[in-house]
Amino acid sequence: MQNPQYNQQMEFFIDMQRCIGCHACEMACAECETNGQESMIHIHYVERAVSVQTTVQVCMHCEDPVCANVCPADAITKDDFGVVHTANTSRCIGCSNCVLACPFGVPKKEEKAELMMKCNMCYDRTSAGKKPMCATVCPSQALFYGTREEIEKLRPNSTPVSKFLFGQEEVNTKVNIMMPKGSTELRIHP
Amino acid sequence: MLRLLQTLNRIALIKAIIAALAVVILVFLGSRNLQNFDAALIAYLLGTVFAVFGIAYRYSVWLQRPPTRLYWKRSMQFLFSRDFPFYLLRSVKLFFQNILFQRFIYHRSRTRWIGHFLLATGCLIAFAVTIPLTLGWIHFEFKPGNDTIYFAKVFGFEAGSFELGSFIAFMAFHALVWCSLLVTIGAVMMMKRRLTDGGLIATQTFEGDWLPLVLLIAISITGLGISYDYTFLQGKTYQFMAVTHAVTVILFLVWIPFGKFFHIFQRLAQLGANLYRHEGKKHGMAVCPHTHEEFATQLHVNDLKQVTKELGFDFTLKDGSNHLDLSPEGKRAALAKAHFEVRKNAGAFFG
Repeated sequence: MQNPQYNQQMEFFIDMQRCIGCHACEMACAECETNGQESMIHIHYVERAVSVQTTVQVCMHCEDPVCANVCPADAITKDDFGVVHTANTSRCIGCSNCVLACPFGVPKKEEKAELMMKCNMCYDRTSAGKKPMCATVCPSQALFYGTREEIEKLRPNSTPVSKFLFGQEEVNTKVNIMMPKGSTELRIHP
Repeated sequence: MLRLLQTLNRIALIKAIIAALAVVILVFLGSRNLQNFDAALIAYLLGTVFAVFGIAYRYSVWLQRPPTRLYWKRSMQFLFSRDFPFYLLRSVKLFFQNILFQRFIYHRSRTRWIGHFLLATGCLIAFAVTIPLTLGWIHFEFKPGNDTIYFAKVFGFEAGSFELGSFIAFMAFHALVWCSLLVTIGAVMMMKRRLTDGGLIATQTFEGDWLPLVLLIAISITGLGISYDYTFLQGKTYQFMAVTHAVTVILFLVWIPFGKFFHIFQRLAQLGANLYRHEGKKHGMAVCPHTHEEFATQLHVNDLKQVTKELGFDFTLKDGSNHLDLSPEGKRAALAKAHFEVRKNAGAFFG
């Protein structure tokens, strides 16, 4: 899986407030060949009864992935580029530990196939120097894949944050969320 | 060397030595003090004993990991509970369904299932034939005073007979030929996937994905070579065929604990995961505080809180609840709401 064409200058930036719920990313995600034509991105209303707010979630590719740690079958691995890969199909036993333990609610369990699947940042594309499918089609740039310079120019009043606090637990990720200028972290349960 | 020994896991090492010794003892018992042991298979025997040692070592290390240990503990607890007959039957059913027929692969892709089923069936039948032969547990003899009836002895006890030249004899003596054909067809089908599927091309590795297939084909072809040699070449190339086959098989045996083939043994954990899910449902489901819907068994959620803590993650919140009490959708919504609040407090949703 060592690919010299993987451009480590390129990063993923998410801004959920820009998500318009169009589902274009969901359709594009299903085109990713590493997913076997299954859409892995999550897009849904946050609280439909009181708001029209939608949210979009890709795998955050944690520095110390909880999913890989709780996997009893050693099926989830992180490569040298920081990409946390979807479950190794020969090892995954479909136990759902990763589905329930991921703090971002990312992995999906394919029940009949007894297999966990998740976003691996379109590894077939990113390892060849291309952008992930979802980021290429997002019309509002809620999902953006580019360099840090590009995002700074595009969003001068925002700062990319990759540190998340869930109670006492600090989770650092490869993927960034765009926050108000000067932010350093996002506390999920204030 | 001493440093290498010090890095070994002591518990696993003891278990692996016991497993390897048990095989050696069973060789003596099964072959009636080596009376029925085929000395020509000594290299295969050494490879098998090493494979048993390695598999037991890795399995033991693997079971020491907190999530695996928990599944193992729970599976045994449920299996040997008062519902033992029920869970035993369920395990047998799942063994046929998931291990022998690998039904779950059918839901991943039909062609892939056909390829894997052929390959796995060939391997499993070949194991069932060769391991007892290698360990001296099975051997064939002529019936005393009769040179046309052949009978099989298992652990030195008679276990059926057949006439030479009969259909059964033909099938039995060519069992490994049929296995080789199944494995070769299956492995070629799996190779085709790896040559044409863009996702696999991007993520596969030579040692993890290609080498196992190449090795299986090499074992099959060299094995067929032995049959070809005695059927059509009057044994003229026997030495070459036998040595190349032995080399590939022993490489396979020695590599089982380290490479992709270890998944054959890991797959059994799928049965445990299934029992765990079934038993968990009896104890009640967890309801997500955000979606107000059931999303997993409460047993699973509680166990995961414990396992994550053991692994150094603590998702306990200020009010004593836990982030893991939320369903995956609830967690995503919590993140979105927190982001919304921060943006709102900053006075601008975009920027």
